[in-house]
Amino acid sequence: MLEVGALNGWYGPAHILSDVDLDVGTGDVVALLGRNGAGKSTTFKAIVGLLGKRTGHIVFDGRDVSTASTHAIVRAGLGYVPEDRRIFTELSVMENLEVGRQPPRADAPTWTPDRLFALFPNLAEMRNRLGGRMSGGEQQMLTIARTLMGNPRLVLLDEPSEGLAPKIVEEMAHAILAMKREGLSIVISEQNLHFARLICDRAVILESGRVRFSGTIAELEARPEIRDAYLAL
Amino acid sequence: MDFYFSQFLTGLAGAASLFLVASGLSIIFGVTRIVNFAHGAFYMAGAYIAWSLTERLEGAVGFWGGLVIAAIAVAALGALVEIVLLRRIYHAPELFQLLATFGVTLVFQDLAVMIWGPEDLVGRRAPGLRGAVDVFGQAIPAYDLFLIVLGPTVLGLLWLLFHKTRFGVLVRAATQDRDMVAALGVNQKWLFTAVFALGVFLAALGGALQLPRGGVNHAMDLQIIVEVFVVVVVGGLGSVPGAFVAALLVSELNAFGILVLPQVSLVLVFLVMAVVLVIRPFGLFGRPEGPARASVSATVRPWQPLGTSGRVLAVAAIAAAACLPLVAGNYILAVGSELLIFALFAASLQFIMSTGGLVSFGHAAYFGLGAYGAALVTKAFGLPMLGGIASGVALASIGAVVFGWFCVRLTGVYLAMLTLAFAQIAWSVAFQWTAVTGGDNGILGVWPDGWASRPGAFYWLCLTAAALGIAALRVVVFSPFGFAMRALRDSPLRSEAIGIDRKRTQWTAFVIAGAAAGLAGALFAYLKGSVFPDTLGIPTSVDGLVMVLLGGVETVSGAVIGAILFRALTIFLMSYTDASKLVLGLLIIVLVVAFPRGVVGTLSGLLARLGARPSATPAMAGSGQARGGTP
Amino acid sequence: MTPPLLQVEHLSKAYGGVHAVRDVSFSLEAGELLAMIGPNGAGKSTCFNMLNGQIWPDSGSVRIAGRDTAGLTPREVWRLGVGRTFQITATFPSMTVRENVQLALLSHEGRLWRLFGYAAADMRGEAERLCALVGMDRALDRPCAELAYGDLKRLELAVALANAPKLLLMDEPTAGMAPADRVAMMRVAAEIAAEQRIGILFTEHDMDVVFEHASRIIVLDRGRIIAAGSPAAIRDDPAVKATYLGEGLTFSAAEATHA
Repeated sequence: MLEVGALNGWYGPAHILSDVDLDVGTGDVVALLGRNGAGKSTTFKAIVGLLGKRTGHIVFDGRDVSTASTHAIVRAGLGYVPEDRRIFTELSVMENLEVGRQPPRADAPTWTPDRLFALFPNLAEMRNRLGGRMSGGEQQMLTIARTLMGNPRLVLLDEPSEGLAPKIVEEMAHAILAMKREGLSIVISEQNLHFARLICDRAVILESGRVRFSGTIAELEARPEIRDAYLAL
Repeated sequence: MDFYFSQFLTGLAGAASLFLVASGLSIIFGVTRIVNFAHGAFYMAGAYIAWSLTERLEGAVGFWGGLVIAAIAVAALGALVEIVLLRRIYHAPELFQLLATFGVTLVFQDLAVMIWGPEDLVGRRAPGLRGAVDVFGQAIPAYDLFLIVLGPTVLGLLWLLFHKTRFGVLVRAATQDRDMVAALGVNQKWLFTAVFALGVFLAALGGALQLPRGGVNHAMDLQIIVEVFVVVVVGGLGSVPGAFVAALLVSELNAFGILVLPQVSLVLVFLVMAVVLVIRPFGLFGRPEGPARASVSATVRPWQPLGTSGRVLAVAAIAAAACLPLVAGNYILAVGSELLIFALFAASLQFIMSTGGLVSFGHAAYFGLGAYGAALVTKAFGLPMLGGIASGVALASIGAVVFGWFCVRLTGVYLAMLTLAFAQIAWSVAFQWTAVTGGDNGILGVWPDGWASRPGAFYWLCLTAAALGIAALRVVVFSPFGFAMRALRDSPLRSEAIGIDRKRTQWTAFVIAGAAAGLAGALFAYLKGSVFPDTLGIPTSVDGLVMVLLGGVETVSGAVIGAILFRALTIFLMSYTDASKLVLGLLIIVLVVAFPRGVVGTLSGLLARLGARPSATPAMAGSGQARGGTP
Repeated sequence: MTPPLLQVEHLSKAYGGVHAVRDVSFSLEAGELLAMIGPNGAGKSTCFNMLNGQIWPDSGSVRIAGRDTAGLTPREVWRLGVGRTFQITATFPSMTVRENVQLALLSHEGRLWRLFGYAAADMRGEAERLCALVGMDRALDRPCAELAYGDLKRLELAVALANAPKLLLMDEPTAGMAPADRVAMMRVAAEIAAEQRIGILFTEHDMDVVFEHASRIIVLDRGRIIAAGSPAAIRDDPAVKATYLGEGLTFSAAEATHA
């Protein structure tokens, strides 16, 4: 589904990513773990073409998108949810969803506002509320729903649990599991291993822009020295 | 009473064009975050092209068709400008965008004169609306009534467009976060182009509709752009209803202001704007700007004072400059004095802009006040030159105290636009208050005292003033106060939290910069022996910005070198070409697009690359930091 | 008896009819680490902003060492000895680490109105001492535009300490940091609080940090305090579980009690 090879990325003069490899199969849920500044968000931005400078190859769905522009990559079915949510605060919930709307895709689940409201019941009660009048947790749900309106085959979720109350984090985990059941492939960047463990099959650990571990969650659990070195829980 | 009513209707009719142009500017700013200085040029182009079309096309269909076709043609031209120029500078600091679009304005001005000639043109009357309609016993031109209806109609259509169509929702989303819209699969390039074309269409239509009311001339671009800036600032940038209300307000103020203060009617409008902004810093319908962008500097490198070699170099340069009178003739010395004066002017602008992060688009105000201050006391009281210079500096400082008090209440583009508006107030006072300033005829016979009347002696005076002035500015940059200025530029939030008084610090910085610019202006008055209103004009302010930009915004030496290069270039251009605005406009555009770091910045960048590579770049740059620095 | 370091009484604030904060009262003593937790939108940020003068309450009072702060601006509150760090870091990116701290020191000393004198040479040693305190002495000359996120958070702490504060307000001090950095960061803050007798009020979503470092916890929900007490008491409070902590699947402190 997604094949990233030898990805390098730069923030201005700073070389952030060094030869990152990442493979995601259909229906996989992969956790991208690592400390802050390890390059998780940058990896996502590089994949969707939001980084100033990147090299390496990115093949999505059999199509080379290494040099494609952001909107073209997203239209190909690769959804991206940024870490800072970036809700359109002046637009209502329904209008936020409208911005994300793309034509249905034969090979991906098709989302409508009603289906999304079933996934995130909180949002159903506030269809006409302005994005800026929602709490952090509600905004986090809206930003995911908005990306799903593009009917993606794969979603990159950047730190969906950051800054949320524990109870909301649990709700979020349930929603992501429901998305997985729909057949979506998902990559989640996380610092919270507890959260990742609830929903992910595989884990990739980044440190200083390099991949230090790649394997199943079970393999990671079996190697505490890796956890201590790169996640230090 | 009836008279006032008809004056009121005249105001309403005048608001229509103003609203069209202002809403266009507002829509463009909302999405692209560019304050399109060229909007006045598109307005003018709409009027000129409509004039040509309506002269050729017959009948009512020809007339109305001509207006619409003109607007569409200009919109296409606007789309071209967007694709060729603006796409390259969307991520540049706002100063660069203002300058580039001002460059477009300059190019249009010369082209308009070349194509349509320098004379004012009178347009056809609107077919079917030539007469007057009796409203409560007053004869109101039918065309005015048409305009009165047109304004709210366009407002309604725009509302429908933005709230009931997908395009509108995308535009409103992009107004807030354009990158996020792209990250949701929308091709933002074409969205931007479409929005820009829509905004330009409105401007051009506004210009074309002025045809039956006032004809066309090649000064209408700057005239409208200043009024439009006032409208969007009062209404709130990015707000279409705000533009509507503010256009009505400004237009009515113009209509009635002429009855109250015929001499300085413009001042009334600006005063209202100043009051609105102090009460509501983001305009009547505006909202606070998002996270502030880096306003000027493209650097995050910490600044260093000159090292030993730098000091030796600076002293050597001053010594070499001091030897010029030994070898050069009078003309060269006069040019040399002028270069030094502008070096000081540019350094004062660089001080407020790069160190303080306050983009001043009206720095000429202080230069001009310095010149007028010197000229007025010399003529009125016959003071010796040093007294004249002192009062020039004093008048400029008073100007900076008053204008600065308002300006530091704003940030970002609002501040830039307010500085421009204040410079225009100063200009209109100098231009219209003929009894004191001589108006357009200026003040003549402002000559230096005997001891400084030889060109060599005056040159040395200028060199001393420039060297001391620039050195003093540099000392302040590295002083604790300069630290506070830079802190406020970097992060107002953090600065307030560690106890820095933002307004007072920036206000003081304004006055320091204003005083230095005033010193330059006073010397300029004695150099030329005269003062004219254009020392206060927009072009003088822009000249200052181009000098700073040409040298490189990051360093004081850049401002000095930029001033010398630019002034020498314009003196050269004036004597060799008739199309100096065209050349200058293109120069500005090329500079902004190709050399955003200026001459000094580009050179030092090259040197750094040739020399030892700086120590290893850090492996990580925290993503949270992107807010403070420049992308 | 000396008044408490921070005494908040009946604080309320409403925005357009919505009560962001309702009748909140608590106090804080020197040397204490008080955590304020609660769901997003519970009113924590509004509370913080009222404590340092960013916004003014509709009713109620805030006293710092007995002094009522009504009508004071953030700058004036800062002068009373209240330091603050922000949820999203706010530093001066064009300056070095040392210069950032120097600036805060110069401001504390009231020297920022001097138009001459070389600022980068002023208070240098003192700035370096504070940097060492938070473990940033290894990066004194680095421009802070280049710093990693965790280091920016440390720098913010050093900047807040430049004011020799009596009270530190820390808005999500460890947000966005890796778990190991979180613990290290709070350990530094706790040591400083104990040594210099500073009171710290912090908000935080990481329950591991909260339960390890807080001396006391208050829980806000919809603008009201729904619980206050020791970490152990809060962890087992049914109301807090229902509104905020949930099943405790996503942090280890609770896991430990379940296990």
